[in-house]
Amino acid sequence: MLYLMRPKFTLLENPLIERMLDEAFQLIEDPGVRVAPYVEDLLRCAGITVKDGVAHIPEALARRLLELVPREFYLYDRNGRPAVHYGANHVHFDPGSSCLNILDPQTQQARPAVSADLVRLVQVAEMLPQFAAQSTAMVCNDVPQEIGDWYRLLLVLWYSQKPIVTGAFSAQSLHTLIDLLAIESGGAESLRQRPRAIFDVCPSPPLNWSEFASQNLVDLARAGVPAEIVSMPLAGATAPVTLAGSIVQHAAECISGITIHQLAHPGAPIVWGGAPAIFDMRTGKTPMGAIETAMLDVGCAEVGKYLGLPTHAYMVAGDGRFVDAQVEMESGMSALLGALAGINMISGAGMLDFLACHSIEKLVIDAEAIASAQRLIAGVEPRGESLAVEMFAQTGLTGDFLKLKETRSLFRKEQHFPSSIIDRGLTVLDGSDPTILDRTHQRVEELVASYERHLLLPEREEEIIAFAEREGQNYGWKGVGEILRPDYVSEPGLIG
Amino acid sequence: MPDDTFSAMRQSIIDGAPSTAADLAQHAIADGTTPLDAINHGYVPGMHDVGEQFARGQMFLPDMMASAEAMRAAMAVLDPELKKQGAERPKAGIVVLGTTKGDIHEIGKTLVGTLLTAHGFQVHDLGVDVSGEKFAAKAKEVDADIVGVSALLTTTMRNQKTVIEALEKSGLRAQLKVMVGGAPVTRRWADEIGADGYAKDAMSAVALARELMQKETS
Repeated sequence: MLYLMRPKFTLLENPLIERMLDEAFQLIEDPGVRVAPYVEDLLRCAGITVKDGVAHIPEALARRLLELVPREFYLYDRNGRPAVHYGANHVHFDPGSSCLNILDPQTQQARPAVSADLVRLVQVAEMLPQFAAQSTAMVCNDVPQEIGDWYRLLLVLWYSQKPIVTGAFSAQSLHTLIDLLAIESGGAESLRQRPRAIFDVCPSPPLNWSEFASQNLVDLARAGVPAEIVSMPLAGATAPVTLAGSIVQHAAECISGITIHQLAHPGAPIVWGGAPAIFDMRTGKTPMGAIETAMLDVGCAEVGKYLGLPTHAYMVAGDGRFVDAQVEMESGMSALLGALAGINMISGAGMLDFLACHSIEKLVIDAEAIASAQRLIAGVEPRGESLAVEMFAQTGLTGDFLKLKETRSLFRKEQHFPSSIIDRGLTVLDGSDPTILDRTHQRVEELVASYERHLLLPEREEEIIAFAEREGQNYGWKGVGEILRPDYVSEPGLIG
Repeated sequence: MPDDTFSAMRQSIIDGAPSTAADLAQHAIADGTTPLDAINHGYVPGMHDVGEQFARGQMFLPDMMASAEAMRAAMAVLDPELKKQGAERPKAGIVVLGTTKGDIHEIGKTLVGTLLTAHGFQVHDLGVDVSGEKFAAKAKEVDADIVGVSALLTTTMRNQKTVIEALEKSGLRAQLKVMVGGAPVTRRWADEIGADGYAKDAMSAVALARELMQKETS
């Protein structure tokens, strides 16, 4: 008999979720949702009234379209194997995305991120099993701004085999990113069949699908590349101050986005996701590490789960400016809550300072918190015919469990062993007394040293290089050669 | 005008009570108090207190917004009276404000505009998704002392630089100060793009604007 129970954290009772959805459906009809001209005809053809740029979406239609959304789907790794399972209570983590700054590994001060930083982060995340997916984590300040969008994806595709959480900076650049992914996948149809990446698409709170976001939703649906709605109500500023009210707004933004998306291509994969936050009434900042922000994340995801949809949230980020106790306390708590809530993709690890800065050191410490969260949700598993009686039959009252064969065969399944970052009292051979930051630096170096790039098929490598050179030259940039060189070694900050 | 009336004016701002602030302004005019006295001895000290309490973490942004609203209500009564008398409230400075091209976030920028107005600045808010050329054109039109550029996204933050470039192109850069702000913006970024100042939040933006005005006039 199996007694395995997956630990779960629940914030909202079903009657409250139903009330939230009821209000969300009211909102999308009245006052309605601001939409871009790009989608007005699409909506009108479905019988939706669009007046003065505002769509008034009837509940019955929105509910029908919600039914069309796939309840689950996969992202695939470079070898075409399913590697991220969106749906049900599958939990995955990926690093935070599109950061302009990095905490310099040497000085631990924020500075603009450059290509070498992104390569290094990708290599580290590649080596950490806690991250099921990569993200286009940084904007590289050492290349022309005009190519920055697809360039992030280029580096991640080049240096990683894992699925990728990404996003486009404009309506036009989305197509460049999809073209790049299609080359790597072996064509647009292969990409559609086995998508390697998912694209974040953000409505503007409150209830506004801008030209860029509307267009991204439609174009992704038609390309068959998964979309991830990242709705960002800021409680008290661009959304109702109450957590419940902000969750309603999040639901309304997601439902209206799904309406646009499913009308463009019924059955296309899309995720109920977000990066909600409270608005700090003292500073006007949006603390990602606040417990209320984590509550918003969990609450929003619970509404999506109630509808049976795949879910996403932005968690595991801290707000301090340095890798310190505050940042790790905030990140660890939200990692735990996100995992217990069964959120399919939890983005944000490595980020600090209100998402303004990335840190590779924080990323590897966050990986430890994530590993603990993953251990927790694996639950307490009964192993063997008896739970304890058979072992006691062997030891009697001697307490000599260390000698039992069960101990030796099961301890690795029962206990998670953190890396050397976590101080569990292991003897340091050289007699030094390293701080957690010292241990983390060493761990980063070890991970980078153990990283080995897996080559793409030669013709695809050539095609990607040709693509990058062609797109780069349009903006007078010829630097693709060095960073894609087979013997390239990422040293922090060397390029730029 | 008795001190307790000035004190009540000050308190109406601290309480964020627009109708009380407006009533007191009307009574003051009826009693023959000059609008400038009411402003300088009643309402402005109230805003000053609010700013101090905010800085100490004793007041919060919604309180501050309410205080700014009360200030606006009082000024709606006093401004016409000032004009009648041929007087003018001394302007702390003229500010052109907006969110950069490609960015439609306005909460931070609006907050800054509200507080600058409450602190005596004449603010021209261009809204969101504003090009560098629009900033330059408005700055020229109103003879701005300061151009304030907000950006919430890492992707649109870079357009703060294009505003500065547009001001340079139009020959206005040397005549005014540029301040930048927004969630992803740092002092380092401000320095890098050649802005004159960076403010981390709305109240700091007021302090920065005052500081820039001193530099402007010195």
